[in-house]
Amino acid sequence: MQSKDAPLAVADSGYTSWGRYPRVAHEAVFRVDWSQQVFPLLQQAAPASLLPYGLGRSYGDLCLNAGRSLVDCSHLNHFLAADFQEGWVRCEAGATMADILSLIVPKGWFLPVTPGTKFVTVGGAIANDVHGKNHHRAGTFGCHVRKLALCRSDAEVVTCGPSENAGLFNATIGGLGLTGVILWAEIQLKAIQGIGIDLDVLPFTSLEKFLALTVESDQDYEYTVAWLDCLTAGRQRGIFFRGNHSAAPFPKIRAHKSPRVPFDFPEWTLNRFTMKALNAGYYWRNRHKKNRPLVAYDPFFYPLDSIQQWNRVYGKQGFLQYQCVVPEHSFAAFEQLMELVSQSGRGSFLAVLKRFGSRKSPGLLSFPRPGLTLALDFPMHGEATLRLLETMDDVILKGGGAIYPAKDARMSPAMFEASFPEWRKLRPYIDKKLSSSLWRRVTEGLQP
Amino acid sequence: MKKLMVLGATSGIAQAVQRKVAQEGKELLLVARSADRLEVLRQDLLVRGAVNVFTFAMDMDDIAQHAHLVQFAQKNFAGFDTLLLAYGSMLDQTQCDHSGELTAQQLHTDFVSAAALLTAFTDYFEFRKSGCMAVITSVAGDRIRRSNYVYGTAKGALTLFLAGLRSRLRCAGVKVLTIKPGPVNTAMTAHLSNSEKFADPELVARDICRALERQSPEIVYTPGIWRYIMQAVRAIPEPIFNWLVSRHGPAAARPKKS
Repeated sequence: MQSKDAPLAVADSGYTSWGRYPRVAHEAVFRVDWSQQVFPLLQQAAPASLLPYGLGRSYGDLCLNAGRSLVDCSHLNHFLAADFQEGWVRCEAGATMADILSLIVPKGWFLPVTPGTKFVTVGGAIANDVHGKNHHRAGTFGCHVRKLALCRSDAEVVTCGPSENAGLFNATIGGLGLTGVILWAEIQLKAIQGIGIDLDVLPFTSLEKFLALTVESDQDYEYTVAWLDCLTAGRQRGIFFRGNHSAAPFPKIRAHKSPRVPFDFPEWTLNRFTMKALNAGYYWRNRHKKNRPLVAYDPFFYPLDSIQQWNRVYGKQGFLQYQCVVPEHSFAAFEQLMELVSQSGRGSFLAVLKRFGSRKSPGLLSFPRPGLTLALDFPMHGEATLRLLETMDDVILKGGGAIYPAKDARMSPAMFEASFPEWRKLRPYIDKKLSSSLWRRVTEGLQP
Repeated sequence: MKKLMVLGATSGIAQAVQRKVAQEGKELLLVARSADRLEVLRQDLLVRGAVNVFTFAMDMDDIAQHAHLVQFAQKNFAGFDTLLLAYGSMLDQTQCDHSGELTAQQLHTDFVSAAALLTAFTDYFEFRKSGCMAVITSVAGDRIRRSNYVYGTAKGALTLFLAGLRSRLRCAGVKVLTIKPGPVNTAMTAHLSNSEKFADPELVARDICRALERQSPEIVYTPGIWRYIMQAVRAIPEPIFNWLVSRHGPAAARPKKS
């Protein structure tokens, strides 16, 4: 009988990234259910052979390790401690935003920062230093991590925080999962009065109008974001959403079974015509300014989570997400980008625009910085899609912007260097047993 | 249900059940081999809302230790009303094929020790004239397949044993619940190919919790569709069934080489 602490090897099936591009095969996948199983795994591993894996919500190859191995940490998900007076929770790194919310919301607490899906692990949220609709107020997830525990190949447990092993702490936030396997993290929570969100919905008809809206709204609203129609040439129209937590009582949320996309849609489902139609429909539905008094927090923060496996709508080909940030003064770069996208006819329904604030993250490789961020999806149609994204890189580069690794599957080392000029500071903290497809790709050929 | 004893608390399905029960503010006694892991579970369940969590470390496969658990429960968990037996093992059938020892071991862990442990607590339930003894067996015990027949035999035998307990405890008003999951995605099945398509332990736990609160039915398939699948499978005459299985090879329950 296997010793219960011995690493459990599992089949390499279902370990993809969210965009399902690239598709890679791993040499081995190990599953851990208990913290004590991690250290023996790291000790036995060959150099640069392992990568922790959560729920695979990174879009590109950040969570993949082609030809090498993964450690599935998603079952390391116990709660270790919580304080509902001061508002913090300590949980293993495989616990998800969803797990934490179902514990803390009934007690009057919320996540201080949440990404657009609740199906990410705490480990993944830290490794990508995720951000949300309230970045202009609250910064990134890493800003609210009080401390964390890492398992490294040379140390079974290392606790780090802003004043303890601070260098390692800062390297781990946004550290792409390469500084060690995060065992647990302690997260500061935010008090809320109710579970509803007071929401305003405001259509706009140009990027300038968007900028004016967001500059004004960011003062009074905790959460702001815009959806953009990137398929209409010339004018860029969109819908601006702004909201605050509401103290008003909310009717009980009925648990419902969310629909699941049961199979990969054929590749032609999302094409130039269907997407234009979808965009037109969405804009039409939201075109009148609305002061809807109250919506439940779940559909406001996690609109796509209601459809499980929505990424399958893009078919077996997969899709690429392109998220970039540019300083506010280079705003015109976005108009160029929109031109490129609408000309190519390759864009998609999901284009999201937001203004970042200036709250600094402790993370060395943190992506959000003051400016405007745009996220676009592209069905993967081979070389043509990759060429388009390269031309978009040139525009962003000239604008002094950066690309978000959590979404990236194809940026060049030069673009990575331009996005993160301080990237070399991460090097000394990378655990010698860990590596990832993304890291090998974006650092290839760069001077160490 | 107010006080639940879980035998095999570190199992994937048991953890999912425990979490739901803890959320409702109940009391639990967790039994498993590893004291360290029990402590992790205890903290987890307290955070989630359990009013009280006791732990007892023992090897349930060792029948000589059963009496210690009974004593511990009498002393520290008196008046408990529900017992959930969730421990089991799944040895490699290809190894059991050639080893009488491994075969005996599988049967002992999954059937003999379970029957003995249930017997150790039956008097308690018979005396208190209420409560529920729930045991996780498997659809694998409904119809034997080549790919896991020793495991299936153990689970099938346990199902039969529970039918016996049920008839014994009928007059005492004690419910005996047989839980038959289809394939579930846990650490026990993680080495099998396509295991990510197996049932989510959360959904299985939901079905189990619902069944624990109700008087009937006393045989529960989870997910529910397995009741109908197994009815159909059981209806197939053995020669035809064996031919069908041989055509598709030892199917899902085979370790995958990636």
